[in-house]
Amino acid sequence: MAKTLYDKLWDSHLVEQRADGSALIYIDRHLIHEVTSPQAFEGLRLAGRAPWRVDANLSMPDHNVSTDRAERAQGMAGIVDPTSRVQVETLASNVQAYDIPGFSMDDPRQGIVHVVGPEQGATLPGMTVVCGDSHTSTHGALGALAHGIGTSEVEHVLATQCLVQQKMQNMLVWVEGSLPVGVSAKDLVLAIIGRIGTAGATGYAIEFAGPAVRELSIEGRMTVCNMAIEAGARAGLVAVDQKTIDYVRGRPMAPTGQMWDKAEVAWRELVSDPGAEFDRRVDLDASALKPQVTWGNSPELVLPVDENVPDPAQESDPAKRESMQRALEYMGLEPGQAISDIQIDRVFIGSCTNSRLEDLRAAASIVAGHHVADSVKQALVVPGSGTVKQQAEAEGLDSIFSAAGFEWREPGCSMCLAMNADKLGPGEHCASTSNRNFEGRQGFGGRTHLVSPSMAAAAAIHGHFVNLQNHSEA
Amino acid sequence: MQQFDSHQGVVAPLDRANVDTDLIIPKQFLKSIRRTGFGPNLFDSLRYLDEGAIGQDNDRRPRNPDFVLNKPEYSSASILLARENFGCGSSREHAPWALLDFGIRCVIAPSFADIFYNNSFKNGLLPIVLDDEEVAELFIAVKSAPGLELAVDLAAQTVIDNDNQRTYRFSIDEFRKNCLLDGLDEIGLTLKSSAAIKAFEARQRASSPWLYPEQSA
Repeated sequence: MAKTLYDKLWDSHLVEQRADGSALIYIDRHLIHEVTSPQAFEGLRLAGRAPWRVDANLSMPDHNVSTDRAERAQGMAGIVDPTSRVQVETLASNVQAYDIPGFSMDDPRQGIVHVVGPEQGATLPGMTVVCGDSHTSTHGALGALAHGIGTSEVEHVLATQCLVQQKMQNMLVWVEGSLPVGVSAKDLVLAIIGRIGTAGATGYAIEFAGPAVRELSIEGRMTVCNMAIEAGARAGLVAVDQKTIDYVRGRPMAPTGQMWDKAEVAWRELVSDPGAEFDRRVDLDASALKPQVTWGNSPELVLPVDENVPDPAQESDPAKRESMQRALEYMGLEPGQAISDIQIDRVFIGSCTNSRLEDLRAAASIVAGHHVADSVKQALVVPGSGTVKQQAEAEGLDSIFSAAGFEWREPGCSMCLAMNADKLGPGEHCASTSNRNFEGRQGFGGRTHLVSPSMAAAAAIHGHFVNLQNHSEA
Repeated sequence: MQQFDSHQGVVAPLDRANVDTDLIIPKQFLKSIRRTGFGPNLFDSLRYLDEGAIGQDNDRRPRNPDFVLNKPEYSSASILLARENFGCGSSREHAPWALLDFGIRCVIAPSFADIFYNNSFKNGLLPIVLDDEEVAELFIAVKSAPGLELAVDLAAQTVIDNDNQRTYRFSIDEFRKNCLLDGLDEIGLTLKSSAAIKAFEARQRASSPWLYPEQSA
């Protein structure tokens, strides 16, 4: 029978199918960060259990680390908030106690787990990948089955190398055409979420496919899979192709020699079979897309940049009307206001969605020769990893950003969720390349607008959103 | 894990869709390395009018009198009623920990986000899916009679509103139900399959040796 990519990944990791419908699934790679792991290690310790397989884990701190250069240079002492410091220290002592491999805060390879995993070849096609972090869906861009888990499951994976799972359903998101100039992978995934809604793929694994997805780089595919969870899907997937193989080859933890040859043969099978059946299919045309901007407090509240904030009075469903009104109130926006008239206080370019080299290049190409608008209080560029930072600096991107008035920071999650010192003040509007515009996500009372790196860069320069398709910078 | 068989308590109506886990427990409280103590900061940005910080004396903070859990009739609520897609967003298990720490044992909604749903079971918090019409009916019932109690019976898979003589049936998968009823240690259960896990590893090591780097080196 023809199988989907998800079916193949599921079948190849099935340890045990149980009569009650649950299944034991083997986990090849477990990524660990400091926020969701302390209670799991404590549970392990209290039960007197040891990790099942130490070398399947890779750890690094990312959420609480300072992105300020001077603070970072001081190591642990540079984390000003004592509760953040305890969390980073707890990870360090736990991984030391159990001899778990990883990158400490001062390792040049440290960064956001979802940037570092693929970059180091720690996540590979065909793997099952989990992490106590919902954006683990990112790794599906390599043809891996990757999803977020809670802390109890972090403990479960540490202790057993397995998870008890129910099989998800299959959804195909097929994207025809080519993305127009000025429209990126971020705009594509925001448009998909706008179409199917924030719960549209709950219970599904989404496979993103079609000519426009094939045209995306692996980094662009990571951006798309990263936000599968914002449509409710725990896992996003893209089939393996030549780009996948080329991306993985030569990565520090990727196989080499004969082992590589063997792996490559297996990885090329990681595609949905012709005729494989999906439980649901959604079709989009990439060539019709425009740059996207979220205007509300959920990623599904998104519109093309040249449109206007919707009017709740036009909404017939009372529950939807009320939630639109609440969103507009929180966001401080008026019905009918042009998206391009939204004034921006801060700009954040970073996060596991958009902090890779390609993202920074796209933003820098808009910024070059311009300066951040006087009305913008702060514009941050936070590379996703030490490796991205080094590569960007080698290309001179840091100089372009600095000359334009951006702050060039050290790698970490930063203002995506503001667990460190990088945050919005109450009422401030932020053009952000991150993944969630929930209330308070980037700081108490902060107002997040999710956009692509190019759109964030342009907003920094103009002080408000602009349609890149009408601007010479694009 | 905390066992769950049946529960009767006051139901609080949180009339909102897409309640995300950032709203349930904001990020500044995730810096704790413990599983307990999150209750006072459950729905922090809705319950209080100021910005919350870890380790604060919450009794001294200005409360939002309009927020449902601040109303006297719901101060002892142990069942939460909400709209669709409850628990979306971040995978933080601090969300069910905070609900439990506050005293909530059940959340009733038309749908839940996958990760939150799963995390709840690991902690003895029962998420109950009823259909849209049933949830709408319960919202009407509780709003017309604040302080309404519901009786939840996991074994029978029912929610009973005695005041209105209504019984709602819910479905739940067998594995999760049994784990909750028995308060099972899921890890202990999985470790009973150690031989199967080792056999899987032996097969995978042969077919995909690159996944076992010590061998491929």
